This record gives sequence, C-alpha cells and structure tokens, in this order.
Amino acid sequence: MDLLRFATAGSVDDGKSTLIGRLLLDSKAIFEDQLEAVETTSKSRGYDYTDLALLTDGLRSEREQGITIDVAYRYFATPTRKFIIADTPGHVQYTRNMVTGASTADLGLVLVDARQGLTEQSRRHAVILSLLRVPHLVLAVNKMDLVDYDQAVYDRIHEEFTAFATKLNIPDLEIIPISALKGDNVVTRSEHMPWYDGSSLMHHLEHVHVASDRDLVDARFPVQYVVRPKSDEFHDYRGYAGQVAGGVLKPGDDVLVLPSGMTSKIAGIDLFDKEITEAYPPMSVTVRLEDDVDVSRGDMICRPQNAPKPSQDIDAMICWMTNEPLKPRQKLAIKHTTRTGRALIKDIQYRLDVNSLHRDQDTKELALNEIGRVQLRTTVPLLCDPYSKNRTTGSFILIDEATGVTVGAGMINNAS
Amino acid sequence: MTETHADYRLSQLDELEAESIHIFREVAAEFEKPVLMFSGGKDSIVMMRLAEKAFYPAKIPFPVLQVDTGYDFPEVLETRDNWVNRLGVRLIVASVEDAIKNGVVVDDGKTSRNRLQIGTLLNAIEEEGFTAAFGGGRRDEEKARAKERVYSHRDDFGQWDPKMQRPELWSLYNGRIHGGEHMRIFPLSNWTELDIWHYIGREGIEIPNIYFSHRRRVFERDGMLLSESEHNPTKSGETVEERTVRFRTVGDLTLTGCVESEAATIPEIIDEIAIARVTERGATRGDDRFSEAAMEDRKREGYF
Ligand SMILES: Nc1nc2c(ncn2[C@@H]2O[C@H](COP(=O)(O)OP(=O)(O)O)[C@@H](O)[C@H]2O)c(=O)[nH]1
Repeated sequence: MDLLRFATAGSVDDGKSTLIGRLLLDSKAIFEDQLEAVETTSKSRGYDYTDLALLTDGLRSEREQGITIDVAYRYFATPTRKFIIADTPGHVQYTRNMVTGASTADLGLVLVDARQGLTEQSRRHAVILSLLRVPHLVLAVNKMDLVDYDQAVYDRIHEEFTAFATKLNIPDLEIIPISALKGDNVVTRSEHMPWYDGSSLMHHLEHVHVASDRDLVDARFPVQYVVRPKSDEFHDYRGYAGQVAGGVLKPGDDVLVLPSGMTSKIAGIDLFDKEITEAYPPMSVTVRLEDDVDVSRGDMICRPQNAPKPSQDIDAMICWMTNEPLKPRQKLAIKHTTRTGRALIKDIQYRLDVNSLHRDQDTKELALNEIGRVQLRTTVPLLCDPYSKNRTTGSFILIDEATGVTVGAGMINNAS
Repeated sequence: MTETHADYRLSQLDELEAESIHIFREVAAEFEKPVLMFSGGKDSIVMMRLAEKAFYPAKIPFPVLQVDTGYDFPEVLETRDNWVNRLGVRLIVASVEDAIKNGVVVDDGKTSRNRLQIGTLLNAIEEEGFTAAFGGGRRDEEKARAKERVYSHRDDFGQWDPKMQRPELWSLYNGRIHGGEHMRIFPLSNWTELDIWHYIGREGIEIPNIYFSHRRRVFERDGMLLSESEHNPTKSGETVEERTVRFRTVGDLTLTGCVESEAATIPEIIDEIAIARVTERGATRGDDRFSEAAMEDRKREGYF
C-alpha cells in the first residue's frame, strides 16, 4: 500500500465538501458518531437529506460562516492506497492556501458545476496547480444529475478545458463526469452515463502512477543533521542525516559535497540500525562518507558530474502571503532545503494574472495572494535546481525577520 | 545489507516514517531546547520510536516530559519507565498534584485532571525554557486538528490562534519564535489511528498492556465504562463488575473509559478498529463529550 497526496479546489457550492464527505464515507473513514452528528444537524436545519458537507468543516468561526478558509487535511484509505487530501478554499482571496495545499500534492482535483461549465475560478485553480507542478490533474464535472447526465454538457466542458490546458504544464489530465450527491462515477461507474468509458474517480485515484514523478536521476541529498554518537560502541561514527531529495544513492558512489567542493565516496547508508543498498526520495537516511571531510547542516551531497551550481542570484515565481505588499529592496529571511540565509528583492519583473495568464509588467509590487516573477540576491549561495526539475531543491520560503511569519513561497526558474 | 524496493516506491508507513524523521531532525537542528511530550499512550510511544530512529546510533538529543495527573494508570507508568531506560533519555515529570500545591493551577473540584494538565504543562515548559515541544496529535483525530500545522506556533501564553497560523509549504518548516514563545511540533500529523497500529505491529514495540483485552473491574457512568479505582469512588446506583475490556486511549483514569473487547493482539485490534463505529475520542474520552467544540477550546488554551 502506498500513499497519494492530493489537493482539492472548487468554487463555493461546486460540491467539494459533498464529494470529500462521500469519499470519506464510502471508504469508511467516517465513524457512526460523526455521521449521527451530521444527520442531527441536517435535520435541525430542515434538510431532507444528510448534508455530507458538514462532515468536513473545521474550526468554529468557519462553521459559523459556513465556508472553508484554510487548508484542512483529511485522510482515508482503500485496500490499495492511503490518501491525504489537502482540502483548500477556492476563492481568489485564499490563493495562498491553495498554493500551500498544492505544494505537497501529487494530484490536483478541480471541481466544476456542470450547469455553469468552466469559470474564471476553475481556470485559476488549474493555473495554480500547474505552477506548483502538481503532475496529475483531474477535472471533476459535478452535478451531472442536474443536467440529466447529458453527454453534450460534458463534451463541451471537456473540449474547452483541454484547449485551455495546452497553455499550462499539465503532464496528465483526466476529466470525469460525476454526481457527488448521488454518487455517480465517484466510487463505482455510473449507470446513468453509459457514454462515459473512463474510470470512476476513486478508481483513478487508486491507480494513478505517482512513483515515477520523482526525480530518480539527479542525486540530491541536503544534509539536515550530523549524527555523532560519541559513545564507546560507535566511537568514530559520523553520519549525515537527511531526506533524499533526488536520485538514487548507493554505497560506493563518488560524491561531491557542496558548497565546499570536496569529493569522497559513500561508505554506507543507514536506515536506523540497518545498512541499505540504495536510498531514493523521499527516504530519510543517514549517509556515511569514506573520507573525513567537513560536512555540516545546509550542505548538499550530490554527484561530481551532476551537481547544482551554487548561486546567489535567483529568478523565481513568488506567491505573496501577507497583507503588507512585497516591494523591491525588501530584505527577508530565506529557507531553502536545510539552508537559511537572507534575501534581497532586486526586482519584481511582472505580476501574473492567474485568471488570464496575462503578465502585468507595470506593477512593481506583489499584494497578498498575488503571484509574480521576482529576482532575488541571497547572502548564502543556494544549492538549487529549477522547480520544474525538482520540487524539493527548487522551492523556498520567505520569512519576515521581525515577525517570524512565513510571507512568501518561491519556485525557482533559474539560478545564475 | 538490506535490499530496498526495486521499484522505488515506498509503502505508506515508510513514507510517513520518513516524513516524521525529517521533522524530528529539523527541530533538533533548529531549536535550542526541544522536549518530547510523553503521555504513555500509543501515539507518544510511536513518537519515541521515530525519535530513536532519527538520531540512531546517537541518543535522542532532548529530554522527555510527562505530565503526571496523579491519576495515571500504573501500567502506563511502567511502560514509560521501560522506554526511558532503554533509550537512556532524561525524564522530566511535571506533576499536577505539585502544580495544585504550588498554586500554579486551581483544583476547584469541578475541573478535570486532563484540563489541569494544561496549566501544569505550560508551567513546566516555561520553567525549563523549552522552545519546542513535540506532541503526538494527529489530524485525523478531530475536526479542529485537521487544519493545524506540523509546526504550531504558541504565543507567550501558550495559546494557539487558528486564524494566525503560518502557511506551511513543501517540507520547509519555519521555526522562528520570539522569546517566551514556543512551538508545538506534531510529527504524526499525517498518521491515522490505523497507521499507528500498523506501525506498532510492524516495529514490535512495547505499549501499555491496557490497550489489549484483559479482565478488569469496571462500572458504568454517563454511558462510559470506567475502571474501579480509589481515585474514582462509585456513586450510588453505580455497580462494579468484572468485564473483558481494553482501552483505546490512555489518560486520566477517572475519565478514560474502556470498551468491551476480546482483541488481545495487534492484528485483532486492527480488525476491531477497521470495523469500529465510534471514533476513539467519542468513545472513551469524557472531556471531549461536553461540546462539539470542546477540543478547539482546549487547544486555544494550550492543550496538547
Ligand atoms: N444535485 C446535486 N447537488 C449537489 C451535488 N454536489 C453538491 N451538491 C449540492 O450543492 C450544494 C453545495 O455543495 P457543497 O458540497 O457544500 O459545496 P462546496 O461549497 O463546494 O463545498 C449543496 O446543497 C449540495 O447538496 C451533486 O452532484 N448534485
């Protein structure tokens, strides 16, 4: 059994909560007391059906407002897979929450209401998922029951969305007609839509192939922590602990340590008390080297012929996440893999309109929830790759040094 | 040497383990004074195991803090001592009794021990100057937790503000705090109850034996089965009888109910949970039953 992380997005009332409620219910992730509470609330509100959407709403204030305003994580499992849903709010004022949810997702699920077809919001959701390089996208055309399960409605949305998707970077796209409320094509294939020959949503989620989405070629091992037991039994043990960010590491491999440029060989790779033959993403392991080279947190172990170039001039897409706008000359703290330093905003090249993909070159600021292309200069060299190649070594966060709050998320285009 | 999978896929348990180990190492590297909050329950035992693995062959580089309610199950304290001795970590016990004696918290006779733990815990964190405290909370436990971050910021009163949470992206955790503040760290955020049990089974690690089916003298109160105990005298109308039970959570024994169960092994427990129809909190935690938003209220105050 493996793990699939997916992010959901939909505009208010497209049926996202209903769909998630149904996935949880049908995979038995809902317990009787939770269901009873929801049935009671549904009755007390005078509904003639059980409002599954009530299963997933979170904090009290949101409950009162009746909307989801932060990323909520939900869990369910089928016999083949465990799923982690990052349930994100759809409205433009919560773009940063969508970006957050998408950052760890293997798959993005966008909902549209069949009656309305594609909206500005659904296009934006797809844009954000593609910017965050979520490798698989599912467009769920919901409420098919309200359009009499009409194939023409589905075909129209299919055509329009496929055309739009060519402008984006979406390696794998699936468009599924469903009814979250009635259950059509959610877990089992619907009898109401014989014209649809694809798989149900659940079947697709269970079988979509995600292991090969990770970079298994370019070895990248950001050193997190140096393990030095200094005990009698492990007197000379010195191991470099971290989570593999790319490639496959094996004992005997020649390695290059950045930024120092020293070379050595992998003497062994430890996973707790066992030595293993290879380590690959996202394993957390401890690497021992043959030579007594000086390696510390923030360094990167890679291969001599295949290493990122340490660089301080970074070109990145940034999603801004705080009220006070981002401006040129601003100084911030930056965290990239296990390195931290400071960054100066040199230039804001353009703001990306996430609805139209238009590049607005006149704005010299990024407001809350806006995404733009930015040039930064960092105090420490970053050992990075383009985000399109590696989502771990290509991403960073920006932190306000006074408040300590995370204010920006960055995806590296280029480093020089 | 151990062969790793040829198809470069990790099982869900291996992936969760890798994520949690990453979190432990990140905190150990970036925080001055972390501490692991150990309740003796299965989740905190899984945390101990993950911390053991994260730093092996070195010892866990931070102490373990337990809040002693005075009403803890003796079996739980025994398991705690076994773990602490085996791993050679320092154990700090913050006692609710002492906190009451010293006026840190007020026992008005109506407030539950689980609630008095909050003040005791915050006081211990402040006294020792801990800057990060690992907790065993899981997001699948309760609605209010579903939105909580792995690094959950607490202000200088130890409070959680759900509206002011920092965005948390990729696996880039932001551990910046100001003097007096601390960070709650939840390395098990993405684990479910079933994951925890599968992992305990896979690792073959010791958990308190009250999780397994046993005979116990119990009585019914408010629809819950409570253990007979000197700390919890029966009221009129309550009769004690022996039944075959097990506990699904451990905590203050005056409030933690057990369920009738024949599940004596981990596979049997997993089977039982897979068909269980009531959430673990709903079934057996008296202090969560008062209101739907109870958990959220206690978290704001600085509960685990
Ligand atoms: N007829 C029909 N109604 C639906 C369907 N999915 C959701 N709804 C209804 O649409 C409304 C909004 O759904 P909800 O899940 O709360 O939307 P959210 O705002 O996207 O989470 C509710 O009244 C649902 O019962 C569907 O497939 N068919």
